[in-house]
Amino acid sequence: MLEFKLPSIGSDMDEGKLLEWKIKPGDRVKKGQVVAIVDTSKAAVDVEIWFDGMVHELLIEPGETIPVGTVLATLLAPGEKAGAPPAGRRKVSPAARKHAEALGIDVDSLVGRGPGGAVTLADVDAAAAQRSPAKPAAVSDRQAEMRKAIAAAMSRSKREIPHYYLSEAIAMERAQAWLSEANAGRPITGRLLMAALQLKAVALALKKYPEMNGFFRDGAFQPVAAAHIGVAISMRQGGLIAPAIHDVGEKSLDEVMRDLADLVKRARAGSLKSSEMSDPTITVTNLGEQGVEAVYGVIYPPQVALVGFGRIAPRPWVDAVGGLCVAPVLTASLAADHRVSDGHRGALFLAELRDWLQQPEKL
Amino acid sequence: MTQDELRKVVLATLLLIAPEVEVDELRVDKPLRNQVDLDSMDWLNFLLGLHEKLVVDIPEADYAKLVTLNDVLGYLGARVR
Repeated sequence: MLEFKLPSIGSDMDEGKLLEWKIKPGDRVKKGQVVAIVDTSKAAVDVEIWFDGMVHELLIEPGETIPVGTVLATLLAPGEKAGAPPAGRRKVSPAARKHAEALGIDVDSLVGRGPGGAVTLADVDAAAAQRSPAKPAAVSDRQAEMRKAIAAAMSRSKREIPHYYLSEAIAMERAQAWLSEANAGRPITGRLLMAALQLKAVALALKKYPEMNGFFRDGAFQPVAAAHIGVAISMRQGGLIAPAIHDVGEKSLDEVMRDLADLVKRARAGSLKSSEMSDPTITVTNLGEQGVEAVYGVIYPPQVALVGFGRIAPRPWVDAVGGLCVAPVLTASLAADHRVSDGHRGALFLAELRDWLQQPEKL
Repeated sequence: MTQDELRKVVLATLLLIAPEVEVDELRVDKPLRNQVDLDSMDWLNFLLGLHEKLVVDIPEADYAKLVTLNDVLGYLGARVR
């Protein structure tokens, strides 16, 4: 028997409210399938299952708030036979069945808490009391909750992580020229944004400096080979969320752009997946659009680094042969965890990032 | 399409991207992106929305011409049948 537990959906979430099951006993599920919607302090999240199986029993009712790690459902592994009552067929006390029928409640939808998982009269009463459907938090509640979640994660970060900060001014003439030319030949539906180039450049630089990519947990750094880049997305009503684009280093610019557009859209519509919320290995924030020259971010624990991009603006620049000119310049910054890396490595990482942005055609 | 219909389409598309906008408070002759918090992704989505509804292609080279709401209306008005 497999146990499906509520996964962690970001370090600033330790509980969630089950809004809806997308499965019922007897259903076959595939790894990666969305099986439930859970409301967190930041957003309603589509929770994915991480193994194949057949649903045996749902243990939590919509409307219940449960801590991370709670068993939500039991499943039979592929090929496993149900030892207990077969899935879908429930032990129901006769009084409970009669009562449920009178109330118009489907006993198969109930979680049994009687002996051997039997549905009892008390279970039916509990379900009747909870019948008003679970709803996501109202906008104002959500904003207050999100503020609290951000406060908790950022306080923890500043308390636990010895940050160091570096910045580098990067000439963006080549990247801009390449992007304009690439977009001139593309229909509006296929155009790239500079953000896609920046994300890809970060992912490629991480390959050489893996100590910026991963998690600090239980007193040790756990590097991650793939760059799952959390993209800080500000919500229009306030607050922010930083879900991941997976495997950015292995994707083409077009794929990164498509994923970015999709992620922003879903983040704002409130339909993010649990895996996107739980596993960013580094975060990238871009505040340049708001006009700031540079941003020095706060690392999102348990990650160990954050890359910040400011505005690309014309500035005085000394070119390769020592001549003074005006060039579009971007300030990239790195906030990194001193428990894991030193400024020297951080500086090399930023230099690598700068070099990638000088070769946009290779991104 | 009349100028009035066009205006409705443009504002409806803008509201999809930025639902918090008070349309009556928008100054048509001031830069749009100073009045509405639109990042480059929002801007791309705004133009994509217009492209889908009006079947107008907007080359990136023309973005610089689209500063105020009046600019957008004028640009589209000249290209929409």
